[in-house]
Amino acid sequence: MIKITEKAIDVSKVIETASCLGAGAVSVFIGTVRDHAHNKKVVWLEYEAYEGMAVAETRKIIEEAAQRWGLKGWAVAHRMGTLRPGETAVVVAVSAEHRKEAFAACQFIIDELKAKVPIFKKEVFEDGEEWVSAKPDKSILASAN
Amino acid sequence: MKVSVKAFGIAREILGSGVVQLDVPGQSVADLRVFLESRYPGLLDLRSLFIAVNQKYAQEGQKISEGDEIALIPPTSGG
Repeated sequence: MIKITEKAIDVSKVIETASCLGAGAVSVFIGTVRDHAHNKKVVWLEYEAYEGMAVAETRKIIEEAAQRWGLKGWAVAHRMGTLRPGETAVVVAVSAEHRKEAFAACQFIIDELKAKVPIFKKEVFEDGEEWVSAKPDKSILASAN
Repeated sequence: MKVSVKAFGIAREILGSGVVQLDVPGQSVADLRVFLESRYPGLLDLRSLFIAVNQKYAQEGQKISEGDEIALIPPTSGG
């Protein structure tokens, strides 16, 4: 299951979907909205996706993970729209024969998802807003000059 | 060549719309990039900008055709 949704994610449903009688381990990553960034209070986040491609890219990542770690089951859900601190933004669940494979595959999927899947978030602060990672880090530029 | 270009995240804000119709000189992804960067210089400030053709990340030399689904992918930040 790959789900991109405006609605709150049902974490237990994602886990259930990934679970399998032949698996001895289920590993779950839950990404939540932090209440601060850059020493500022985050009021909310706005998520958007290029949905068709986001699903296709996520599928490629899962297929690679399934092959490398012999996954028995998997499910990924990502929330879109406006999310407040504490809310669940993403859930990755995988099941495998043993914990080592499950941990590794779960970490691989969330790392690759962040790097490659066309999903974008904007942090909204009390005094402004910023698309995350969109521009080069100003502090790095300043130290380079 | 007339193409329709989708844009997401900060790229959508720079273009001022989630989809724009453009008449692009040239036929490759690289030609499209040059055209976009001159028309929307704000794109040059981004950490990266990938161009997707038919929902796949495209190489710069890849040809594009009228009717292709083209999209601008600024740095991703899912999760």
